[in-house]
Amino acid sequence: MTGQPIIIMDRVSKRFGETVLAVDNMSLTINEGDFVTFLGPSGCGKSTALKVISGLLPVTSGTITITPPTGETEQDLGFVFQDPTLMPWATAYQNVFLPLKLAGIKPDQAGPRVTEALKEVGLSKFADAYPRELSGGMKMRVSIARALVTRPRILLMDEPFAALDEMTRSKLNNDVTQLAKEHNLTVIFVTHSVFESVYLSTRVMIMAARPGRLAAEMSLETPWPRTEDWRTSAAFSAEAHRISEALKRTLDAEDIDH
Amino acid sequence: MPKTLTTETLPESAPEQSAPLNTVPLRRARRERILSFVMPVVMLCAAIGFWEFQVWYHEIPKYLIPAPSVIAQTLVTDGPSLMASAWFTVKLTFFSLLLAIIGGVILGALFALSRPVELSLFPFAVILQVTPVIAIAPLILIYVDSTFAALLICAWIVAFFPILSNTVIGLRSADHNLRDLFTLYNATPWQRLRYLLVPSALPYFMAALKVAGGLSLIGAVVAEFVAGAAGQNTGLASRIIESSFRSEIPRMFAALVLVSLLGIAIFLLTNWASRKVLGHWHESELQRES
Ligand SMILES: Nc1ncnc2c1ncn2[C@@H]1O[C@H](COP(=O)(O)OP(=O)(O)O)[C@@H](O)[C@H]1O
Ligand SMILES: [Mg+2]
Repeated sequence: MTGQPIIIMDRVSKRFGETVLAVDNMSLTINEGDFVTFLGPSGCGKSTALKVISGLLPVTSGTITITPPTGETEQDLGFVFQDPTLMPWATAYQNVFLPLKLAGIKPDQAGPRVTEALKEVGLSKFADAYPRELSGGMKMRVSIARALVTRPRILLMDEPFAALDEMTRSKLNNDVTQLAKEHNLTVIFVTHSVFESVYLSTRVMIMAARPGRLAAEMSLETPWPRTEDWRTSAAFSAEAHRISEALKRTLDAEDIDH
Repeated sequence: MPKTLTTETLPESAPEQSAPLNTVPLRRARRERILSFVMPVVMLCAAIGFWEFQVWYHEIPKYLIPAPSVIAQTLVTDGPSLMASAWFTVKLTFFSLLLAIIGGVILGALFALSRPVELSLFPFAVILQVTPVIAIAPLILIYVDSTFAALLICAWIVAFFPILSNTVIGLRSADHNLRDLFTLYNATPWQRLRYLLVPSALPYFMAALKVAGGLSLIGAVVAEFVAGAAGQNTGLASRIIESSFRSEIPRMFAALVLVSLLGIAIFLLTNWASRKVLGHWHESELQRES
């Protein structure tokens, strides 16, 4: 199911100032079509890792190689932040249009693509709504549509659903999986929820803090994308148990007062 | 008969039944709007009536406290000269506000873009701000030949600072994740300014405009008081001083009324502008239906 390597991180470290080693010596190869979750307690460097991969932050040492895209995209990499991060003065439509606008694409050319992206996240009817008129889940959908409008190969998501209620979150988990499959996306999804990581991903990277690092990798063999009834199955519980155990072992190993 | 009516119209009447329910908040909102307009007007009229009555009842002479009716009469009889002065003050106020906006925004943008520029120029801005304009005005009047220009500078000094400081804060207030987003999509500096920094700064700028509007009028009046200018081509403050020398109290009040009206007009105008610009998205100007 997974293809060629698309992101190769080789001994990547990121330091803030003298004392904080947010990412320490991280090596990881992500293949095309992987759905990877970074799972770990807060402060373990998950967001920093994403920002380094996206190029928003420079690495302190090490290299990150992303294989160049073959097709035409305005931005090969979509980023979804923990907050929806929408421009409050702009409608849903204008927010999704932004990446194309910044790429210099004319409104009439971009129009169909923006409309299509909004349709994919189920917000066709809300194109003219302002962010304040949308629910938390809908705002997140706009944010996802904005990330997808440039037709990226890679989607980075930083705890996107952490602030949402359980029902909305499950729904969005299904939709993200679906979108990832349809667009053949490679996804790195940051979360601190074991259940979310088990449901969504093909590979779980467990991260530990101080310094932030990869502590363990677990693969999930259950066919992907998963279905809603798998969420309530015994197999799901077993997988969640397995990941929780691994996470607990790394937290215990950190030997600090959690 | 009522029974048959209900059964017959039940399916149709379902939406209609909910319609009156829905208009209740609407009606309440309208009543609220009317009230918010009527109440101040009623209270104002009551206060004026009370004033008129007190002056009449206690037979207070008009060189002490003129009745509103006398003031109104003066406004009519002295209309031409007062109107010319009012026009002068209006010009002074709006011109200084305009210059304050231009200067404040340009300098604010420079400050926000360049830390060294801010560090080196900010002290001057602060000195200008903290020194009472009354204290600087005489000097300016000495050094600047044209009285209008001197008055303009005084009013400008007062109105300029809030615009400057709020523009700086506003331009820096853009959400850091949105900044990252613009970086991710390789926005040019110009795109970043136009699509991110300026909209983020607008609420701050509009708040400053409301303050600066009032301040420019204060600056214009105060400067003219200091200038003590007499003659035809002067503003309302000069009329007030002049009337005070001549003990024309009703005329003083008439000029005062015009200054107040001008202040109210500026207040309404800046509030209207703020609602126009921010009304569709910013918390401060959203109309809440409850
Ligand atoms: N810009 C920054 N400057 C200094 N320290 C930072 C910065 N960003 C993150 N850190 C620190 O790096 C560590 C990892 O942070 P982060 O990547 O946000 O963790 P997570 O997303 O897993 O909660 C934390 O100790 C945090 O305080
Ligand atoms: Mg984080």
